[in-house]
Amino acid sequence: MGFITAVSSWLIPCFILIVLVVATWKKIPAYELFVEGGKEGVKMAFSLLPFLVGMIVSISILRSSGALEAFIHFISPFLSFIGIPPDIIPLALVRPISGTAALGMTTELIDTHGPDSFIGRLASTMQGSTDTTLYILTVYFGAVGIRKMGYALKVGLLADLVGIIASIIIVTLIFG
Amino acid sequence: MVNIIWASMAIIGIIYAMINGTMDQVNKAIFETANEAVTLSIGLISVLVFWLGIMKVAEKAGILNVLAKIFRPIVVRIFPDIPKDHPAIGYILSNITANLFGLGNAATPMGIKAMEQMKQLSGTDTASRSMITFLALNTSSLTIIPTTVIAIRMQYNSVSPTEIVGTTIIATVISTISALLIDRYFYYRSIRGK
Repeated sequence: MGFITAVSSWLIPCFILIVLVVATWKKIPAYELFVEGGKEGVKMAFSLLPFLVGMIVSISILRSSGALEAFIHFISPFLSFIGIPPDIIPLALVRPISGTAALGMTTELIDTHGPDSFIGRLASTMQGSTDTTLYILTVYFGAVGIRKMGYALKVGLLADLVGIIASIIIVTLIFG
Repeated sequence: MVNIIWASMAIIGIIYAMINGTMDQVNKAIFETANEAVTLSIGLISVLVFWLGIMKVAEKAGILNVLAKIFRPIVVRIFPDIPKDHPAIGYILSNITANLFGLGNAATPMGIKAMEQMKQLSGTDTASRSMITFLALNTSSLTIIPTTVIAIRMQYNSVSPTEIVGTTIIATVISTISALLIDRYFYYRSIRGK
């Protein structure tokens, strides 16, 4: 872990160092280019804002009304029938939709069951092995103005499903 | 597709709140989360400005091209529609590298730049084949070191906070490979349909 954290914290500063040394060496106007690139960043953040507000509010309506919970409660018996532990089902369903909600659920599961329990390990693995599909789609397509997403959402959600099933199988095999 | 999903999440939520008597919570959530979303976007400004600034320097200094050259054989196979020396490849690689090390903050601006380059290639507002492949890679997560999860496990006094790194890597590899395969399947199905 020590080595890994060291690599993570050295990586960015060293990358910046290399960029600036090479730029200076090649006599490139580094500061002016930095400012030019930075201006794009400001524009980008503001163009993203409406996409994020729209998506996050819509998800929160679904969550706060209790509809999401009811849906999860409704399909739990079917999922536990095919061997998915009932405690993990809300996390599995929320993971692709909302990153903050999923992180909250993972923390709660670790708190209730303990980090070294089967559920704790499964929640940890699930949290780390897939990403928030809806957020990534919103940000990346929103920032560059893509309106027709084609089959992107289908691919993202199916990959999440595979990731979740893979997490359950692997954690059962290794820690079961 | 996204229009329907977006609208139906809110519609279902509001109708359910009518039946369930949770309209107060919904009403509160609308304004609170709108606020949160703005805070999130504003928080992105610092990261976007800094990284896009550095990446601009890196691009002009030729560092992205060096990266692109080294990993070209692999990336060309995953993204057959992008010309070999196109700057998009450099941004895609920077995004993948940042993701691998769990540097989500650095990965997002580079990913957006990669999308921008790919949009220039396609020139429409329809998602291109390369864009969808790139999104598939990102949504399946490429993280090998789940730092946030390790931090939470430490907080709750795990005997071995990092023991889930192994299972996470295996699950990530499986989900990433599946994402690429699913992406290929849908791509070939879509061209056959035409």
